[in-house]
Amino acid sequence: MEEQLKIDFEKKLKDFSYSDQEKKFRETNFKEFLKKGFPNRKLENWKFSDLNQIIKSNIGELTFYNDYKKENQIDKIELISELEHNKIIIVDGKIEKIDFKFEDKDKIEVLVEQGEETIKENINSLINLNNAFSNKFCKIIIKKNYSLKKPLVIYHLTNKNTQSKNTNSRIDFKLEENACLILIDIFKDNSEKNFLNIYYNFELDKSSILKNYKIDKSINNNIKYSYNNVKQEANSISETFILSSGSKFFKNEINCDLLGQHSSAFVNGIFDLDDENHHEIKSNINHLVENTKSYQLVKSVLEKKSKAVYQGKIFVSSEAQKTDGYQLSNAILLSENSEFNAKPELEIYADDVKCSHGSSSGSLDENSIFYLMSRGLNYKEAKKLLINGFLLDVIEKITDEDIKNLIKNLLGVKE
Amino acid sequence: MRDKQIEDLKDYKYGFSTDIENFKAPKGLNEDVIKFISNIKKEPKWLLDWRLKAFERLKVLKEPDWQKPKYPKIDYQDLYYYSAPKSFKDKPKSLDELDPKLLETYKKLGIPLNEQKRLNGIAVDAVFDSVSVATTFKETLTKQGIIFCSISEAVQKHPELVKKYLGTVIPLTDHFFSTLNSAVFTDGSFVYIPPGVRCPMELSTYFRINASDTGQFERTLIIADKGSYVSYLEGCTAPMRDENQLHAANVELIALDDAEIKYSTVQNWYPGDKDGKGGIYNFVTKRGLCKGKNSKISWTQVETGSAITWKYPSCILKGDNSIGEFYSIAITNNHQKADTGTKMIHLGKNTKSKIISKGISAGFSDMTYRGLVDISPKATNSNNFTQCDSLLMGNKCGAHTVPYIKNKNSDSNIAHEATTSKISEEQLHYCQQRGLNPEEAVGLIVNGFCKEVLQQLPMEFAVEAQKLVGISLEGSVG
Repeated sequence: MEEQLKIDFEKKLKDFSYSDQEKKFRETNFKEFLKKGFPNRKLENWKFSDLNQIIKSNIGELTFYNDYKKENQIDKIELISELEHNKIIIVDGKIEKIDFKFEDKDKIEVLVEQGEETIKENINSLINLNNAFSNKFCKIIIKKNYSLKKPLVIYHLTNKNTQSKNTNSRIDFKLEENACLILIDIFKDNSEKNFLNIYYNFELDKSSILKNYKIDKSINNNIKYSYNNVKQEANSISETFILSSGSKFFKNEINCDLLGQHSSAFVNGIFDLDDENHHEIKSNINHLVENTKSYQLVKSVLEKKSKAVYQGKIFVSSEAQKTDGYQLSNAILLSENSEFNAKPELEIYADDVKCSHGSSSGSLDENSIFYLMSRGLNYKEAKKLLINGFLLDVIEKITDEDIKNLIKNLLGVKE
Repeated sequence: MRDKQIEDLKDYKYGFSTDIENFKAPKGLNEDVIKFISNIKKEPKWLLDWRLKAFERLKVLKEPDWQKPKYPKIDYQDLYYYSAPKSFKDKPKSLDELDPKLLETYKKLGIPLNEQKRLNGIAVDAVFDSVSVATTFKETLTKQGIIFCSISEAVQKHPELVKKYLGTVIPLTDHFFSTLNSAVFTDGSFVYIPPGVRCPMELSTYFRINASDTGQFERTLIIADKGSYVSYLEGCTAPMRDENQLHAANVELIALDDAEIKYSTVQNWYPGDKDGKGGIYNFVTKRGLCKGKNSKISWTQVETGSAITWKYPSCILKGDNSIGEFYSIAITNNHQKADTGTKMIHLGKNTKSKIISKGISAGFSDMTYRGLVDISPKATNSNNFTQCDSLLMGNKCGAHTVPYIKNKNSDSNIAHEATTSKISEEQLHYCQQRGLNPEEAVGLIVNGFCKEVLQQLPMEFAVEAQKLVGISLEGSVG
């Protein structure tokens, strides 16, 4: 693999005329990745999902070079028809289109970035990979006091003939004071056996609001990793909802630094898995100042040989008194072969805090099924009703009505 | 009265060292030292081979580094692996022949070895540095067919039992510290309860590290045959020394059909001084195997001592309908660090496990609960309940919870709860209003917090543990 990486990186450097800073940035990241390689189970963070192994058994040899000069071969893009939206279309990691047609043009700024001067140590190797190989970094700035009129939808697509490829994309967002952004990620795959690596950076200034909904519903054989890095100033709110369902493997990682007082972070997720799918949510909520709040709720319904992993961590520094942190994960295992792993972690250095977590997993309650069947439902209907109710808890946490309905429709959940 | 008591107890009262001439193996870890230990104990060849096999393995193994408390590198070549009171070269036949200084030491510790003076019927096996010095109440136990002796004695007298069970729960190759123990273990207790016997008294071992630069590596093996019951207590202390001392013990429990083992520990090794200097590194591997149907293993631990505690008493629930329990109180103060918890591995059908863990950290200390609950695909209809609560005193200390939960069986249920909080001002105020001083108030509230676990301890130990809880938190309020 190392040979392949080196060849592909050389090709990549030839394609573009990078500035010195950018070239240096990419090269250092590339070296870091070469050193670390794909994460494996020896790393605490990847204990339950050995990505190295998953890539080997599902894809085999990966290639890393994408020729972005070629036209993309997607004839028609299925857009969400239920609601009007702005869109960004990413094909094989390249941003094809940025369209803010519903918004005031002077309130949104799109910049092309060079990459950071220095590289943080100890970031995971996939971020290094992303930094080295992604096409161009975009930075989208939402100006002060501006709320987007319509949500922004980012479509993540793959070309039909893209196979055994690693694609990388990175977008940075900055929400200035009092700005508001609703961001929806939709995954549509036209090809199989690729590894998609997505990296978002969010800077939330005072009183800004970010709502990020990730919807992975369409069934596909791709392997995906998404990393959200959120930095929050005072009074800001971030809400992340993950519907994890369609892909072969999907790991969503959310790192949230609460840097300003009265900032809060919400992470909610649903695993709705079937076949041999293996999905994971990993959250890191860092409470770094006083009076911050976080709330996490993850529910899983697991069929056949599927496997879900939830690793949620709440970190409270010694300055962060009056922290309120909560975390709950529930799982229903429907098949003998399904598996649920959890690692709800608390790391606390302050004493005046309220932190708790709970986790449970088990089968559907036979008594409830009996109750419903005695009321005239058949077994299948009773089961469906119970699962609906179970998942509805999380869906109700979505604060945007339109999107709540969209997700309800997608899951076929009715009230 | 109470104030005086506290004054007396404020310093680590077991911190004295006894001036006894010691007989030591040469410093360092190598084949010769292992052969030396084996030779001095007149061990059979199979055991020496077993030790050497462990030593071979040790050369490949690396020290684990995933734990939270980090410690400076230990120079394993700079330790004594065998140390025994000189008067022990020929083991005394009875208590009368014991070195009076030794008896005095144990008297100071409150462990009466003289049977005549004993009131409460507990059989004691005392381990001083590397060797077992005395075992009491032998006759009463022998009548019932119970074997309770030091493991070196067991190797001589009951080699078939030792050979059959040694290393079956903690394999030779398990991890660095357990393998180190397998290679150089010096002594420890051996218990065998024959079928259908309910052990009439509590069995107890008392460990003491006296010599400096010595690692204590004891090995305990408890076998409860079909339908038997045993309750076992373990206590430990060490003198105050500036350097850190290593304690790496292995404890193996085996419960056959319908048998029950209750293992209680009150660990009070020297925790180091206020600035975190000195203290014991307590890196212990404890594991129980519920081998037979309907068997039960229950761990209860009160961890108040040691500079670093790093242990996870575990249960492997192999037999159908077997039960594993873990009750723990861990208290850290000053610069102590603890990373402790349990592993419940469900393999058999209808297995149940329960984990209650209470952590209290004060001063500059760090407390971590780390636990694993693993329900395998064949463990149908299994259940686990876990509750970990942490109490923090001040914002210089840390409390962490790291549970690993794996459920691979759809008919099984796992429930886990954890909370972290501090003692509320209202509670303190209420107690103080009723005439308690702040320290007493904290003591009362903490005892209430720990009650669930303290209840699990045998009577005599519960009182001691309760006191210990109070002492460990001295100076952490205000």
